[in-house]
Amino acid sequence: MSTEKHHISTYMSHGVVLTILLALTALSVGMAELHFGAFSVAVALLVASVKGTTVLTYFMHLKYESMFTRIMVGGVFVIYVLVIVLLFFDYLFR
Amino acid sequence: MAEIKNIAPSEHHDYQGSKMGMWLFIFTELFLFGGLFLVYAVFRTQYSADFHKAAEETNTFIGTLNTVVLLISSMTVAMSITAIQSNQKGRAIRLLLVTLVLASVFMVNKYFEWGHKFELKLYPGSEVLTNLPKGELLFFGLYFMMTGLHAIHVLVGMILLTVTIFRIKSGHIHTGNFSMIENSGLYWHLVDLIWIFLFPMMYLIT
Repeated sequence: MSTEKHHISTYMSHGVVLTILLALTALSVGMAELHFGAFSVAVALLVASVKGTTVLTYFMHLKYESMFTRIMVGGVFVIYVLVIVLLFFDYLFR
Repeated sequence: MAEIKNIAPSEHHDYQGSKMGMWLFIFTELFLFGGLFLVYAVFRTQYSADFHKAAEETNTFIGTLNTVVLLISSMTVAMSITAIQSNQKGRAIRLLLVTLVLASVFMVNKYFEWGHKFELKLYPGSEVLTNLPKGELLFFGLYFMMTGLHAIHVLVGMILLTVTIFRIKSGHIHTGNFSMIENSGLYWHLVDLIWIFLFPMMYLIT
């Protein structure tokens, strides 16, 4: 039997997180309808990043995980961003 | 007699280890889709006009509907973990069943969405598709590849959640041992997480 203490999220908190995610979805669909050109790409990706972070933090419970797990997950995203940056340096300046 | 019971070897269970293993697996999945995101980003830069035209063909309404469906299903999975931790077995099973229904709704929408594309003779290798400008061809190639690979993940997630329901029924998953429901939950949230990025790439940005 496990003796570790586990954080239990409330039903209410899951409902609040869903409401935020749905509001962000509505925001990104609304922004796309306005057609801001290149700016809309940035906005859509920014909203998606905020939504993704929310899912990782609350639904995937990272907020309550050990520091080790959080650093590991954060590190993977840092590596991925570096890959994107390096790829575009190579692609744009070759 | 009670003392004898207490010294009997208990089932070994490494809670932290199993969760760490699941996260490591999730990282491989992130890089699998991450690679495709990179291909999309480079081709979008190279053929922005073609991508713009092709992206207008995708059905924003179905895309948005499926986003909402997946977000709600993510919440019901998260709630089922709360239910197991609070020793509410019946509620946990019901919440997972709701998740399965929502996942099926997602797949049915996908069927109609792809079906419509097939009716327009837009499918990988079709004559109409191969005669499109190169950028549009690349967009549809990525569209079918990425949403298809994602749909396979939805199906795998549905199988995992079904197994989880049976393991809760049989008593293998309970308040003292809920790694499996947590890890299946993490997988389901991953499916949601990938969709959160696919949605603007395929349906919103035109």
